[in-house]
Amino acid sequence: MTKENPEVWVFVEEINSQIKPVSLELLGIGKKLATDLETKLGAILIGYRIKNLASELFSYGAEKVYLVEHPVLSYYRHEPFRDTLAYLAFKYKPDILLVPATPLGRDLAGGVATCLETGLTADVTELAIDKEKRLLLVTRPAYSGNLMATIICPEHRPQITTVRPRVFSIPEKRKQAKGELIEEKIDLKEENLRTQRIGFIPKERVVNLEYAEVIVAGGKGVGGKEGFSLLQELAKLLNGEVGASRLAVSAGWISHEHQVGQTGKTVRPKVYLAFGISGKIQHRVGMQNSDLIIAVNKDPSAEIFQIADLGIVGDWKKVCVALIEKIKRERKP
Amino acid sequence: MLNLLVSIKQVPDTTNIRINPETGTLIREGVPAIINPYDIYALSLANFLKLRYGGKITVITMGPPQAVSALREAAEFSADKLILLCDQKFAGADTLATSYTLATTIKYLEQIDKPFDLYLFGKQAIDGDTAQVGPGVATRLGVPIITYVIRLEKLDPKKREIIVHKKVEEGIEVIKAKLPVLITCEKEVVSVPFSPVTEIIRANKVNPEIFSFKEPISFDSDKVGLKGSPTRVHRVFTPELRTRGKILNLEEEGLEKVINLIVEILKEKGIL
Repeated sequence: MTKENPEVWVFVEEINSQIKPVSLELLGIGKKLATDLETKLGAILIGYRIKNLASELFSYGAEKVYLVEHPVLSYYRHEPFRDTLAYLAFKYKPDILLVPATPLGRDLAGGVATCLETGLTADVTELAIDKEKRLLLVTRPAYSGNLMATIICPEHRPQITTVRPRVFSIPEKRKQAKGELIEEKIDLKEENLRTQRIGFIPKERVVNLEYAEVIVAGGKGVGGKEGFSLLQELAKLLNGEVGASRLAVSAGWISHEHQVGQTGKTVRPKVYLAFGISGKIQHRVGMQNSDLIIAVNKDPSAEIFQIADLGIVGDWKKVCVALIEKIKRERKP
Repeated sequence: MLNLLVSIKQVPDTTNIRINPETGTLIREGVPAIINPYDIYALSLANFLKLRYGGKITVITMGPPQAVSALREAAEFSADKLILLCDQKFAGADTLATSYTLATTIKYLEQIDKPFDLYLFGKQAIDGDTAQVGPGVATRLGVPIITYVIRLEKLDPKKREIIVHKKVEEGIEVIKAKLPVLITCEKEVVSVPFSPVTEIIRANKVNPEIFSFKEPISFDSDKVGLKGSPTRVHRVFTPELRTRGKILNLEEEGLEKVINLIVEILKEKGIL
């Protein structure tokens, strides 16, 4: 029997038996990496009563699904998930492990990498393989997004990295795809755990920035909360969401969940409207994959114009107000 | 009485970072160093808990000699003990090496004094934004961790129990945990206190202790700094920009023309 190459793994994040889209995005890029390394793509499914999700993972490219089910794993907690994932990685020795850069994934990855004493990189924007050296090349913004750095982990395995939602696209679904299901049993006891979820307060409204088709975003130039309510009005008319730069968020004009960029979210809407945003790299890395960018800024040298498909040098407010009026007028019967 | 540990990091105030457009390199001059803003919330929470329950606060940081100024500032949050981990051998550490160095120091402090009840960290540092060190330290200490804490609902020192609110994507989880526990703090966790003059005077008398690679702890040289870091920077470059599109001047083109153009684009994309 020839020895198989170590695998590429994706940690699957699910909530209420729904696979999060970011997990499918990671299967997409994971498959490419696995092909380059001539190995298999494995999906790691940890939870309780989620076995039925395996077929969906196969249809998105997983060739193997490693499944661990236990009542203790019915909701995410750092310790049991970390120990389970570390156990699997220790046993099967994958080459690469991709984890969603969501709050859950970040919480998990830091612990797993420490258990395995290996390298971890966060928030990558690009992944590639150096085929000759069989190394993962991880590119991410550095120095708060002013430069890009390619990071490698030459001597430790697995190479672990977290990837944000929307950095890669969801691969095409293949019908009736089959794969190998590997069920692992792990001895876990609730009484050994020192944390317990005793309540849950659901969000009133989830800001769905990552998957919005239109984003109306504002920066420092918007000037305050009043400005953001105009953007809100326009976003509503366009069925979109409001985005913001870091400066607008730290000024307290809008909450952090609206932030786009290196410290916020990565988005790829059909249209990104940037009002009063200067477009520093830390913002651009979060929105440069938008299909089309329209930017309005009074400063002709604003960096946002370097990536805008349509740039308008002028007062953002005039444009925003006129656009709202025009759309309202057109909608009247 | 609570025994509290706060771990902080001095970071460049990244909102002020600029790039030399000709060379593509960072302009470092004049960039002020600050305490990582999320660590300020961890310090504030420690300060609040000490006022309420009494106890002791130890603040640790790893960094160059000038990181002493971050500790001096941290002292104003009623800190009792300040420790700077400073040695050439610690330099170039990635998050794995950093978590080893911090956790080893924490274990040493617990050995010479007594175990901590709470380990408080910021949710992430604004210069790297990895949020990896907190979970790494908790793993090495073998204590539970609760990340992204936005509220402390209850702390019962007798029962050694804590109830906190943790931010997750879908809402807020209410978590009960046994002490000791490591918490990473969000902005909302507690308001930043105003230090009275008496506190500033007291803080001035707390002198930071410097821990080197050799003294008072003997670290494993294979696990600290660049040598103890599995990740390596392979290449640094300035990102490519998309091709520039059309740039119009609002005053020259007129508002109506510009608006019609935007509406046309929105219609083309099927949004209107």
